[in-house]
Amino acid sequence: MRKKTGTALAIFAAGTALILAGCSSDVPATNPSASASADAGAGTGETSEFFVQADYDNEIALRTTSATGPSDKPWEQALNPQNADTAKYKKAGPYNLCFSNAGVGNPWRQVGFKNMQAEVKLHPEIKSFQVADAESKDDKQISDITDLLGKGCDALIVSPNTTATLTPAVEQACAKVPVIVFDRGVNTKCPVTFINPIGGYAFGAAGAEFLIEKVKPGGNVLALRILPGVDVLEARWGAAKVAFDKSQLKVVGVEFTDGDAAKTKTIVNNYIQRFGNIDGIWMDAGATSVAAAEAFEDLGKPFPAIVGEDQQDFLRMWQDKKLTAVAPTYPTYQWRTPVIAALKILKGEQVPSPWKLPQPTITDANLSQYVDPSMPPLHYAMCGCSDLPGYPGDWGGK
Amino acid sequence: MTTLTARRPRIDSTNGVWLALGMTLIIGGILVATDGGSLFGQNSTVSLLQRAAGLGIVAVGQTFAILAGSLDLSVAYVISLTSLIAAETMAGSDGRVLPAILAVVAVSGAIGLVNGLLITKLRINAFIATLGVGLLIKGYLEQGYAGPAGSVPVSFQHLGYDRVGPVPVAFLLFIGVAAVAWVVINRSRFGHHLIATGGDLDVARLSGVRTDWVLIRTHVICSLCAGIAGLYLASRLGAGAPRVGAEGGYDLESIAAVVLGGTVLAGGKGGVAGTVGGVLLLAVIDGIFNQLAVDPFFKQVVRGVVIVAAVAIYAMRLRRKVVRKAAA
Amino acid sequence: MTVEAPTGPAALGQSRRGRWGAGSIAPVVVILVLLLVAVGIRQPDFYDPPALLAFLKRAAPLIILAAGQYFVIVAGDFDLSVGSLVTAEVVIAARLIDGDPGATWPVVALVLGFGLLVGLVNGLVTTLLLVPSFITTLGMYLILVGAVYTWTGGSPRGALSEEFRMLGRRGIEGVPWLGEIPYAVLILLVLAGLAILAMRSDFGKVLLAVGDNPRAARLAGGRVAGVRTIAFVVSGGCAAVAAILLGGFGGVSFQVGAGLEFTAITAVVLGGVVLGGGRGSVVGAMLGALTLQTLLTLLNLLGVAGALASAVQGLIILAAVAIGGLRART
Repeated sequence: MRKKTGTALAIFAAGTALILAGCSSDVPATNPSASASADAGAGTGETSEFFVQADYDNEIALRTTSATGPSDKPWEQALNPQNADTAKYKKAGPYNLCFSNAGVGNPWRQVGFKNMQAEVKLHPEIKSFQVADAESKDDKQISDITDLLGKGCDALIVSPNTTATLTPAVEQACAKVPVIVFDRGVNTKCPVTFINPIGGYAFGAAGAEFLIEKVKPGGNVLALRILPGVDVLEARWGAAKVAFDKSQLKVVGVEFTDGDAAKTKTIVNNYIQRFGNIDGIWMDAGATSVAAAEAFEDLGKPFPAIVGEDQQDFLRMWQDKKLTAVAPTYPTYQWRTPVIAALKILKGEQVPSPWKLPQPTITDANLSQYVDPSMPPLHYAMCGCSDLPGYPGDWGGK
Repeated sequence: MTTLTARRPRIDSTNGVWLALGMTLIIGGILVATDGGSLFGQNSTVSLLQRAAGLGIVAVGQTFAILAGSLDLSVAYVISLTSLIAAETMAGSDGRVLPAILAVVAVSGAIGLVNGLLITKLRINAFIATLGVGLLIKGYLEQGYAGPAGSVPVSFQHLGYDRVGPVPVAFLLFIGVAAVAWVVINRSRFGHHLIATGGDLDVARLSGVRTDWVLIRTHVICSLCAGIAGLYLASRLGAGAPRVGAEGGYDLESIAAVVLGGTVLAGGKGGVAGTVGGVLLLAVIDGIFNQLAVDPFFKQVVRGVVIVAAVAIYAMRLRRKVVRKAAA
Repeated sequence: MTVEAPTGPAALGQSRRGRWGAGSIAPVVVILVLLLVAVGIRQPDFYDPPALLAFLKRAAPLIILAAGQYFVIVAGDFDLSVGSLVTAEVVIAARLIDGDPGATWPVVALVLGFGLLVGLVNGLVTTLLLVPSFITTLGMYLILVGAVYTWTGGSPRGALSEEFRMLGRRGIEGVPWLGEIPYAVLILLVLAGLAILAMRSDFGKVLLAVGDNPRAARLAGGRVAGVRTIAFVVSGGCAAVAAILLGGFGGVSFQVGAGLEFTAITAVVLGGVVLGGGRGSVVGAMLGALTLQTLLTLLNLLGVAGALASAVQGLIILAAVAIGGLRART
């Protein structure tokens, strides 16, 4: 019996080896390489290997840079634009645009995707807009890009599911059509432009600096994160960690909530019980900020200084309960820009590359501008969507 | 009576999935054509087969587990782990491909061994044992990795990107794995023991089958298949990814593919040919929806209905057969 | 000749269970006491009545889910649809209530009704169409998630009213010594009592018999299909109650039910209930859920890194089940 299995395994191994020998190839030429830096900080754990000092410095500098472009349309503005020449892509319309989407698995991507679809409707020169949804699967997105390239796209917009893993597929696409990448980047320079707001470091720093300003020295801060291993979120925490390490605040815990409100409340409850009180809550995304604040309310404790995001439920609570709060944003209006960029490229006009969009922070001073009770609780206020066709109904508003 | 015995239900179910696949291809082809696209174009065929490959290799392994009356919920995390081991061991160098493959085989085999031992020696139910092992690996991945890591050399990316005409090499790998599995299940003594163990553990034991040993080997094979899928994904993604398995839903989807292929969840009946059909059916449904750009959420609904309906049809055929057999 | 009712996968190790009295709640009680002592050492004021009640309030939804899951598991089935059912219920409630307090009670009734209906469909598909429950409820899981996302356009709409949220969030205030008695704890007590009564009734005995040996139960005149279907209806109903409590406790999100099916099954098994049916008590299942919740609290109190939590959970489950199994064999 063993002998037979052994034979089978041998056949199996041989077969694998034969196939590994391979034949003709679509393998792209270059390869991603991850850069790493590590040093430990007190109370906040080790620095993630994804922390890149140069990117951090760049983003912190960009926060104070003023943008160029139409002042009422932040999605058309750019920070420190360096224009790329696109004359070689010029062609006559109408155009067939393609979009490989990482997924629509969370409200941020939902709002963003609606922005993009509405932006497409604004441009009659777009003949068709073909979308492939990767359902948050890297390997599906790689196949999706291949798939879309077979549909006669004039330009391809990509919102990568992860940075490193999408690089080969994007390089393949670059050889055939102009590619526009947004939200997450890829480890290659081949796309015509890469569009995103300032980024995760700036987001994380904004919240941490607010807490350092509002919480008394020596105060307890609890950091709540959604999940480990998501690059955008790692960057947010990386920057917050830098700020906290330099401050007098005590980071009493770094916990993962899975974006689950009940789990968040339980964790916050346990920490309040363990430390008597928590003076500040830092969050890497706003999804459960309301739940975190409610945990204090339910225990009859005063609200802490808290970091949220631009979701309506948090903004409303902030206004109603007069929270000490700040909402860094990663604006969903960035989903409009790739369509605008694609059309500029196909018309041979210059586009900023990389295209850095402004990334405003909501504070007490401008809160009332963004609260809108007619929009759903998980709607992102910084969507730049109120002038788009179908607003507010398509976004779930009344 | 003999003819009835010869016409085993599993052959029926296996035919069933191929029939369903054929019909889905025809109807889907027409639908996509009316929409102005093509389901059978070079690019869409390539991406369809490519996506089938990863799930397919895992599902072949899962077929072993289910045939033995067990199942493996840890495969998704094994895939993530082995993709990382592969990419980190290779670290972009051609010379380290072989050590990386060996490391993956060793680690995935060891995980399978642990699964098997937990189930047979500590008598932990397979569902809980593999769920627990999965949680352990998940904890390790979350603690140790903040994102994709390692990199595979270009030479190894051939596995993920090369193709022969419209057929990706990875799909050939899947078919190769399935063929070997078919031989093992249908022609080897281990295969007969596997079916016997899954059919009735006590009867198998009483007739001299060392059922514990069969189950342990089954789980090693299942984990090895997940390891191969991890290698393929590392090659496809160019790096190891700590979330690729869980996000891909390889655990429940591989079970769904096996069951869709007519293998009975309780064990003892079914086979790899059906699983190949099940994987292709899921991939084709996916491909059709992709071409039609159907909302991904609605796709879930259809997937759920298809899986339940298919199994209901198999169960009904099985019942009719048994009733007929009883009447004879 | 009749067809053997399909059971869940992997009834491994069951064949010998005659000799090992699995289903005992002793191991889970030992683990729970150890965890509670550890929590008490780390955090003495955990045992202040208000803090303890608040802890029970947080644990209530999982305990109720575990009780529901118990009925299904002890009959030899699985219910993998409860997590997505919880999510679906919360999202449906938010959209229908849409912040209007007047809609609260009709929607609560509707949520309960929907839970029972989903359970009924699961039960009928499993018993009449002979689809293994693992597959039926896996299909239901996909259908519910997909349908609710499709219905809301991918993001929850509307809002829960304060009255709806009260059930999971608030309680009877101003009780001497105890402070606030959360409604969730009261609901839990009532349901736990009903569950224990149900298992002591004829229904409970038939259910255990069905899980132990469906064919024997049928021959003995038990209405196997009917009893199994009722078990699914109970599980659906419990999921609906858990949804009301969780939605009240945490608010609307798509994450609310994610992964709860595995947590509930884990809790049940931790409580000494044997997958494959026939062995174990509903009290054990509920204690299993309480143990899991205590474990999470302990990990928080000890400051175990969040990422390691799942590994610790995995280890404890394996250890508990293995010790339970070995202890029973000797």
